[in-house]
Amino acid sequence: MIFAVSQTTIDVAYLVASVCLILGIKRLSSPATARSGNVVAAVGMGIAVVFTLASPEIGSYWLIAAGVAVGTVVGVASARLVKMTAMPQMVALFNGVGGGAAALIAAAEFHRLTPGAEHVVPESMGAMLFSMLIGSISFSGSVVAFAKLQELLPGRPIVFAGQQVVNGLLFAGLLAAGAVAGVTEAGVWAVVLIAGSLLFGVLLVFPIGGADMPVVISLLNAFTGLAAASTGFVLENTALIIGGTLVGASGTLLTVLMGRAMNRSLANVLFGAFGAAAPSAAGAAAEAEAKSYREITAEDAAVMLAYASRVVIVPGYGLAVAQAQHGVRELADLLERRGVDVKYAIHPVAGRMPGHMNVLLAEANVPYPQLYDMENINPEFPRTDVALVIGANDVTNPAAREDPESPLYGMPILNVDQAANVVVLKRSMSPGFAGIDNDLFYRPNTAMLFGDAKESVEKLIAAVKAA
Amino acid sequence: MSQTLLTSITIFVLAVFLGFELISRVPTLLHTPLMSGTNAIHGIVLVGAMLIAGSADSTLEQVLAFVAVVFATINVVGGFLVTDRMLEMFKRRPEERE
Repeated sequence: MIFAVSQTTIDVAYLVASVCLILGIKRLSSPATARSGNVVAAVGMGIAVVFTLASPEIGSYWLIAAGVAVGTVVGVASARLVKMTAMPQMVALFNGVGGGAAALIAAAEFHRLTPGAEHVVPESMGAMLFSMLIGSISFSGSVVAFAKLQELLPGRPIVFAGQQVVNGLLFAGLLAAGAVAGVTEAGVWAVVLIAGSLLFGVLLVFPIGGADMPVVISLLNAFTGLAAASTGFVLENTALIIGGTLVGASGTLLTVLMGRAMNRSLANVLFGAFGAAAPSAAGAAAEAEAKSYREITAEDAAVMLAYASRVVIVPGYGLAVAQAQHGVRELADLLERRGVDVKYAIHPVAGRMPGHMNVLLAEANVPYPQLYDMENINPEFPRTDVALVIGANDVTNPAAREDPESPLYGMPILNVDQAANVVVLKRSMSPGFAGIDNDLFYRPNTAMLFGDAKESVEKLIAAVKAA
Repeated sequence: MSQTLLTSITIFVLAVFLGFELISRVPTLLHTPLMSGTNAIHGIVLVGAMLIAGSADSTLEQVLAFVAVVFATINVVGGFLVTDRMLEMFKRRPEERE
């Protein structure tokens, strides 16, 4: 023991910590208080951790000290060094290690308690097996989500025949392995359970397209919360139960809210294999070749913008990848100085996660009142002279509104096609993250400006200055 | 059913309702930071990992517990820092520009 306190003191500290976590989440859900909410939650976490060190159960500290030291270095480095654009996959990774930790705790506890002189109490055994199952799924699922967002794996859904049958059988097998592990208390079955759960996590996320990844990460976040709560039952620790359950419940609701923002049900996200319904890649490419589109030079586009009275900028992930947000703000400032009314249209899932684009534009000092969300900007498009689409694709696809055959059908989109002119800044004609061809590019009022978003924006800035 | 388990289940059920209530009216703008923030909060497994690591006696348990502590610490430290970086972007209000 580092410092001597009673178990009661520790429990009171856990209560204080839990209140901090609750207030933290509460404050995180309002823009004005969000940042302080994060700090309050972190303070709560600190209290829980420090008082746990005083717990009489802890006999030696070297393992804890070493683990915390390594984890802190890795955590600080990765959180500091990650680019804002790579934030979503970083969150996925942090989530995965949390799930992994829960599974490992359960595995260590399983090893400690079995085989014992007496049988492990059923509720404790059940909680351990649940932690192993859910924690492992969350770990491997998050790693696959990370790999997809980092483009180490293809973002498109990876599907094979009978996938859902295989997944169903595997899950049934996991339940059986868990039951056997629980009854026999044999370590080999716990290993089978963990290995099978890891595989299941991989298979669960494989068929999910990149565009749906935020929803999946949010779901896995809720899973990790439940796995953490479950370890709380194993260790009879209230801080773990409360902290884990809060995340499990709020994470589930957040997943539903995100799905709703994209007009997708959770079942649809998990089993819909979004994007796979589109024709094969070769077919889509051939079709794209056949349809004609119009190319425009930066100079012509700049003149169009400079002499417009209303311009709406539609930023997408391409802008984020190219780090073009600062250039875009400069372009917008230039246009405003010429008396052009400039607004930004932010789709709820612009970027790779809801709210991602707001963060990136705020980083570039874009004035907050110029950012319009989908409901407020859509009525403006018919009165807009030029819609400047920068690296956005699926969220502008009119097929979502018009083509019941399209996998995107029903997803709320930005109605950029209703603007008098549309200029699309894009690298090439390749389909977007969801792997679906965008009809917008072939419309008569659309012109394509090919190239890296940042370079194209710089060319536009130079040309507007000259115009 | 033991008294301890019943108390734990009571806490669990109340926390489920609380978790749902807390974020029922969150603007889309905050979905990502909120996900990231709650992501850091489930790093509370660090508490469990430390308890296991402090009492592990066999080599296998020590290895498992050590990795668990490392993982959970990354979750906590990385999670809160990344969330703070995201939210830092919101603090600048337009009137503060120049």
